[in-house]
Amino acid sequence: MKISRLLKTIFLIDFVTGLLIAIKETFKEKKTINYPFEKGSLGTRSRGEHALRRYPNGEERCIACKLCEAVCPAQAITIESKERDDGSRKTVRYDIDMLKCIYCGLCEESCPVDAIVQGPNFEFATETREELYYTKEKLLENGDRWENILAANIKADSSHR
Amino acid sequence: MDSYFLILFTEVYKILFLLVPVLVSVAMIVWLDRRVWAFVQKRRGPNVVGPFGLFQSLADALKYIFKEIIIPASSNKLVFVLAPVVTMTLALISWAVIPFGEDFVLADINVGILYLFAVSSLGVYGIIMGGWASNSKYPFLGAIRSAAQMVSYEVSIGVIIINVLLCVGSLNLSDIVMAQQNLWFVIPLFPMFVIFFISALAETNRPPFDLPEAEAELVAGYQTEYSGMMYAMFWLGEYANILLMCAMGAVLFLGGWLSPIDIFPFNAIPSPFWLIFKILFLFILFALVKATVPRYRYDQLMKLGWKIFLPFSLFYVVLTSSFLLYFDLLPGK
Repeated sequence: MKISRLLKTIFLIDFVTGLLIAIKETFKEKKTINYPFEKGSLGTRSRGEHALRRYPNGEERCIACKLCEAVCPAQAITIESKERDDGSRKTVRYDIDMLKCIYCGLCEESCPVDAIVQGPNFEFATETREELYYTKEKLLENGDRWENILAANIKADSSHR
Repeated sequence: MDSYFLILFTEVYKILFLLVPVLVSVAMIVWLDRRVWAFVQKRRGPNVVGPFGLFQSLADALKYIFKEIIIPASSNKLVFVLAPVVTMTLALISWAVIPFGEDFVLADINVGILYLFAVSSLGVYGIIMGGWASNSKYPFLGAIRSAAQMVSYEVSIGVIIINVLLCVGSLNLSDIVMAQQNLWFVIPLFPMFVIFFISALAETNRPPFDLPEAEAELVAGYQTEYSGMMYAMFWLGEYANILLMCAMGAVLFLGGWLSPIDIFPFNAIPSPFWLIFKILFLFILFALVKATVPRYRYDQLMKLGWKIFLPFSLFYVVLTSSFLLYFDLLPGK
């Protein structure tokens, strides 16, 4: 036993075996995806960039209940509301500081009308900080852009709520 | 006066003709290293910048140029700035004596191997200077480790070179290559080649002997306080040294620029390409070892160098010289 161990050490058997395995692995299929050109699949509950949704008739869903503002652990959300002419309460200001946000998804969970949601987009890096202070316009625009996917995700997830 | 400038310009031209390809190949070799490493781990590695990601290193270099150079307030500024310069210069000047073909060498000096050995021993100074001048504990520990490690393995490399020199009878690198026309030294001196390879890994601080920059213990070792272009120079010097060690291995054991067999399709390929192929082969081995072998403990490293490699290569010197003497094969007779 001891001599075989010694011979193994002297002739670097373990090293050579390791090298051969390494060479063999080199030609096997890659386990990673070619990221910027290929993307992995995302679950329906993935928490990415925020969006404010609208009803199909174009009316904003948000009723300015400020539950999201209250629940936000990072205090990233700022809301100001005002009564509109038709008597409904709507937001005049809905800001999210994306630099403070920790992407926990509590705002989405607390929302009674599915207005604020986190979409599948996680590639929104910017060159300046200012661009990451999202305003209501930006969030509504996000909602319009991702509406199809957002609605499908909420529908797919509805049975678990 | 005219002839003076003529000589100056031809020399500068020659040096640039050597240095520019070396620097470019250092950049390429970094890419190759990362690629091989990624392939072994079934990743893709850098593959976006340029064809197959070939220009990744150039993009990295560009990034380093635009990064701020931070000099620690408590450092010894002159030595701190000098250290990467020393490392890179020493790594590059050794290339002067590497023969790329018959009469295709920048400085055909008759003690080429001695020069190579002297310059590569000096290489440790850049690291010690960097580690000491940073005036911080991790770089200092890294510098101490690298000093001890490089000195230990230099000894066994020296003894290994004696084996080769016994078979050649000359210190000139071109003579060493020409002596391998019939038989590459890797065949009679195979154990020495293996030990040379492992010592070269330790000498260039490559994994599994990368203790001077062991990130788990020493952050980045002697490079911890460096940033921007100064860090890039350390990195260039390190890879130039690795390439140099591969070139040394190719010249000493794998027949340098000679083709493996002296028949038509092989000997039609220009001799520098053979040297490049051999360097690449050795470098890919370096990269594969990096990808497979875990890091050594420090006492294991020292034990390996002093208690195993040194006695064994000394024994092999005795073996080689007695063999040569007994069969009357001593060169120069």
